[in-house]
Amino acid sequence: MENQSPILDIKNLCISYYTRAGEIPAVVDFSLEVKQGETIGIVGESGCGKSTVAMAIMQHMGANGGIKSGSIKFKGRDMTQMSAEELRQLRGSEIAMIYQEPFASLNPSLKISTQLMEVPLTHESISVDEARQRTIQILADVKLPDPERILNSYPHQLSGGQQQRVVIAMGLLSNPALLLLDEPTTALDVTVEAGIVKLIADISKKYGTSQIYISHNLGLILETCDRVFVMYSGEVVEEGTIDSLFTWPRHPYTHGLFGCIPLPTADKNAAPLKPIRGQLPLPFERPQGCYFGPRCDHFVQGRCDGEHVEMEQIKGSAADHRARCLRWNEIEIDAEIPEGAAKAAIEVGKRVLEVKKMKKYYEVVNNSFNAIISGNRVRQVKANEELNFIAHEGETVAIVGESGCGKSTFAKVLMGLETGTDGEIIHKGNEISEIPVKSRSSGQISSLQMVFQNPFDTLNPSQTIGSQISRVIKMFDIEKNKDKIYEMVMKLLDTVKLPRDFYYRRPRQLSGGQKQRIGIARAFAGNPSMVIADEPVSALDVSVAAAVTELLMEIQREHKTTLLFISHDLSVVRYLSDRVVVMYLGQIMERGDTDQIFSPPYHPYTEALLSAVPIADPEVNKREIVLEGNIPSPLNPPKGCPFSTRCHRRIGEICDSQPPPDQLAAERHVIKCHIPLEELEKIEPVISIPDASARIRKPETVSQ
Amino acid sequence: MLVMLFKRIVAMALVMLVVSLILFVIFETDKLAVAGKVLGPYSSVEQRELWLSQNGYDASFSTRYLKWVGNAVQGDFGSSLQLKVPVSEVLWPRLFNTGILALCLFSIMIPLSLTLGILAGMKEGSWLDRSVSTLSVFTTSIPEFASATLLTAVFVFSLKWLPGTSAMSDGFEWNQMILPVLVLLMYDFGYVARMTRASMAEVMHSQYIRTAILKGLPYWTIILKHALRNALIAPFTIIVLQLNWLLSGVIVVEVFFAYKGFGKLLLDAALFGDIYVIEACTLVAVFVAVFSQFISDVGYTFLNPRIRFS
Amino acid sequence: MDTTNETIQRPSALGKILRGMGLLRESPIAMLGAALVMFWVVMAIIAPILPLHSPLDPIMPFQKIGAAAPDGSTFWLGTDHKGRDILSRVIWGSQRVLIWATLSTVVAYIVGMVMGSMAGYLGGWWDEAISFVANVLLSFPVMILYILIISYLGASGVNIVIAVTFASGPGIMRIVRGLVLDLKNRDYISAAQTRGEPAWRIMFIELLPNARGPLIVDSCLRLGYTVVAIATLGFLGLGLPPPDPDWGLMIKEAVPLGSFAGHAMVIPALALSSLILGFNFLADGVREISLKD
Repeated sequence: MENQSPILDIKNLCISYYTRAGEIPAVVDFSLEVKQGETIGIVGESGCGKSTVAMAIMQHMGANGGIKSGSIKFKGRDMTQMSAEELRQLRGSEIAMIYQEPFASLNPSLKISTQLMEVPLTHESISVDEARQRTIQILADVKLPDPERILNSYPHQLSGGQQQRVVIAMGLLSNPALLLLDEPTTALDVTVEAGIVKLIADISKKYGTSQIYISHNLGLILETCDRVFVMYSGEVVEEGTIDSLFTWPRHPYTHGLFGCIPLPTADKNAAPLKPIRGQLPLPFERPQGCYFGPRCDHFVQGRCDGEHVEMEQIKGSAADHRARCLRWNEIEIDAEIPEGAAKAAIEVGKRVLEVKKMKKYYEVVNNSFNAIISGNRVRQVKANEELNFIAHEGETVAIVGESGCGKSTFAKVLMGLETGTDGEIIHKGNEISEIPVKSRSSGQISSLQMVFQNPFDTLNPSQTIGSQISRVIKMFDIEKNKDKIYEMVMKLLDTVKLPRDFYYRRPRQLSGGQKQRIGIARAFAGNPSMVIADEPVSALDVSVAAAVTELLMEIQREHKTTLLFISHDLSVVRYLSDRVVVMYLGQIMERGDTDQIFSPPYHPYTEALLSAVPIADPEVNKREIVLEGNIPSPLNPPKGCPFSTRCHRRIGEICDSQPPPDQLAAERHVIKCHIPLEELEKIEPVISIPDASARIRKPETVSQ
Repeated sequence: MLVMLFKRIVAMALVMLVVSLILFVIFETDKLAVAGKVLGPYSSVEQRELWLSQNGYDASFSTRYLKWVGNAVQGDFGSSLQLKVPVSEVLWPRLFNTGILALCLFSIMIPLSLTLGILAGMKEGSWLDRSVSTLSVFTTSIPEFASATLLTAVFVFSLKWLPGTSAMSDGFEWNQMILPVLVLLMYDFGYVARMTRASMAEVMHSQYIRTAILKGLPYWTIILKHALRNALIAPFTIIVLQLNWLLSGVIVVEVFFAYKGFGKLLLDAALFGDIYVIEACTLVAVFVAVFSQFISDVGYTFLNPRIRFS
Repeated sequence: MDTTNETIQRPSALGKILRGMGLLRESPIAMLGAALVMFWVVMAIIAPILPLHSPLDPIMPFQKIGAAAPDGSTFWLGTDHKGRDILSRVIWGSQRVLIWATLSTVVAYIVGMVMGSMAGYLGGWWDEAISFVANVLLSFPVMILYILIISYLGASGVNIVIAVTFASGPGIMRIVRGLVLDLKNRDYISAAQTRGEPAWRIMFIELLPNARGPLIVDSCLRLGYTVVAIATLGFLGLGLPPPDPDWGLMIKEAVPLGSFAGHAMVIPALALSSLILGFNFLADGVREISLKD
């Protein structure tokens, strides 16, 4: 292996975009080598230049981008010097790419067969029949059932997971030497993602394809890659093997990133997240010297802000490990693993919310010809089926589930944007499930507020920040006097740690994290007894998300607010919640205290979810459970247990035909499953951590 | 698909029914005024009432309306007051003449504007793109009667190449068609070319075109196989919907060049107060407009597999 | 903490307007369009104080461009068949067409925006009813709708406003409805709903201001269409009643005599085209600018 020449060799690559504002350096001094069969990970937050690198390798930069200097050698030939025709012959046959949004990447008006078969037909002299045979073979390889049917479909007739498998098949058709994967699972649900990740890992083994895997998620990189490159603001700040870099990160930014990710082994009180302060610099506002300088705790004036910092080999590490930091061997990073920052748990108070057999059905009118003939025009979608749970003052209750599980519908009913079909929701003694928001009193409204998911959507772009928060205070009859309202807004801005002159700013002048902070300020303006947070940080970069999460919990702690946290990410849930409700297709599969949920007995779905969550810690052992198939359509759910079609522990006919019973595993721990509790209790934990003594490994030990 | 067709047809019939009701209410609620129009302004009230009872106007409003609709469906719109002949005798030949005009227009406009629009949209920012875009803003900015005026000034009065009227009094003459078609073409070409360009440019920016490029397909395969199919959906509906616009533009052009078409018939009728001709012309025009909407909807569904198979 | 209050500067409204105008400079097309439109607007405003011949007085028929007038001045653009000064008629005509076009477009916009917001935001029965009425009106070819309304109501300024409202309102309604449907699923609208805002406030204060971009572009285009419509009606003999100068009517009267007094028909045609070109360029430029951001 050592003597083999690399498949791809990038040296000192600089890429710039040319805009009206002038030249914007997107990627600076980028070097990378990919060997035969190796998988390289590139990880970084949005705007760090990782996708630009991928596009540069494909030599597809758009009209205003260009390679300024450096070389990209593919099998020894410099791609930057190639003619358009030479490039065309490489693309699709030698280098293939897999994209972030599979649906947008497929042509909506051509059949899958056409789009797949044209790859070998273009690059090889091959007959149509042979091409078809090969296509069917590859579709089977990517584990798509019934390839013939897939071939005759149009992209919109497939599910997201199937589309991504088709795109992967498209990439593999000509057996390329190099496969580029640009966030290939970001648009997918966790359990579907797990299947794709496994497929990608299998491919590199089976075909010996070299891969470059681009992601913002350190956990995914850990599961798929051999080597990893961490990018920050257009440059690589650290590179190394997975083991070396994940256990012994040397660059303060890499280290900071790990501090921002909640691990499923930690919780909020024992080990709070350590957000990186500040935000990513814009490409034309990068500081002198080290780009990470202004956000770094180890910044030394006169040293870190001088010359541009070069990559340096980490001495003492046999594994090839480099970092772009002047002080890598001076900083005692390990000493700072947070210990003292632990906080006391909040005391749980009286009952704030009680959901009793809440149901929400929608009616969907189907206008297809068959439906009209058979008289089934109006079908019911059971968005929420018999929800039961309780939340107390100061408690954080998480609702976890993938898309279509009904968690957002439940939030809408709670907020009064929809009314429930049946059952009760009792909030502070009042039944509210059937009262639309228009009929609720301002007291009821202000005591139940929401933080929304999308930071770019949560604030009205045509109003100033100040007027939006003031409006809430006015609406809730908290204060009438203009000056006092102004004072209150200022205090709220202080609470969410934003400068007071944001009062006159407009949303477009704010970053995503700042907008989300305003969203939190707005929700807490009326001092609510309960706040619903619908994936409040899922759209934010990890370093920013950690800060917003911490802020949310700090305010909650102060106000003793009940927090209903809706999420698909079990790591975050484990980190911040006291109780967890796991939902699937409109039903609660399991509910209980966080510890109960994260250890056996599990509901099989909880178990699969836990296994699907990527964990950015190489020392944690995880049992692999990959679910087959897709999440069924809520329009047409399975008759018995909703999970029966994908369950890896299905016990037989009873799962398909009869709704499972609620089994009480412990006090306030309920599992909805046909499998007897005794059986479930025997299940091994999904996630296991080695002894503390076996943990922190030094690079020396790695090399031995 | 069948259900959609059926629903569209029902909707179309409903719109036609409402339009006919509006027309009938506007023109025939005031019976005496109708009689006044027929018998002339100097007729006495007795004469008018006599005419009304002779022509079945004593029946109730709804009976009259139903009878009128029934006749209209069979092509009987009554008699023209101005020309003193049954409306259908003038309407169909005039409509045929307008049809010739439209045919000439579309047979030049469609290939021209689609080709230029596609070529411009393929390479945004190229000189061809800029010239097509600028030219089309210019031509769409000049209203038909202004461009008719300017073209007449140049080709008729200055250069004396072409006749200034297109009345075809000595039978059909090709050179009388040139100016009317050219005027309509200027406006229509610009609009369709712009829309085609925009649609093509959008497709060229899409991710699936990026996929096709990065698959290593040859450039013309990408354009012909991947881009055109998606880029032509929008222009198709736009061209079909142009029929509606053409019925407006054609009035001005036919009046300007004294072309004996449907538009001139309608305007003359409106200026004279020839109510039966107005009713007939409007019904026909609305029918053409609604029908073209129907064709464009069906075509859109047919061209777009996302809607076709869902 | 209170000391920080002084440092908070409230941005001035004037500054915002100036910045908006400054944005136009980013697009040469928009600048050209704005210049053409401003030229006619200024002409229309200062018409009363310009040293012009009366637009109505017959002085000397069929004078060529630049001919001397009996009172020693010049007919810069000649005179028409009745001997009226064409320059004066074109400028006064711009005033008339701009006033009526603006007025009709504003009325059509108010109706269209209210209808569109209600159809889009309230949905259900409201949407069905409003959309059906709009569909019926849109199924008339525009010019036929104008001819029907004007020949039924008679030719006058107010009736033109009514006709434009009927002809343009449904189109505006559809655009607004589409924008509202898109915007109403945004989280900030849910936020407004969950704090119990009344429907009218959500429609007109939370939603519509965010739809302003496409509506500004559309209103420029639509002003152009309305000018064309008014001039076309004049040309067809259904426009604002004579003898006040009207561009369409000027062309109609000049065409039969075009062979020996071509300037009388070409000049108003050029004036009209330049104004429409201005509106279209402005709309194009504004669209281009808004896409850049």
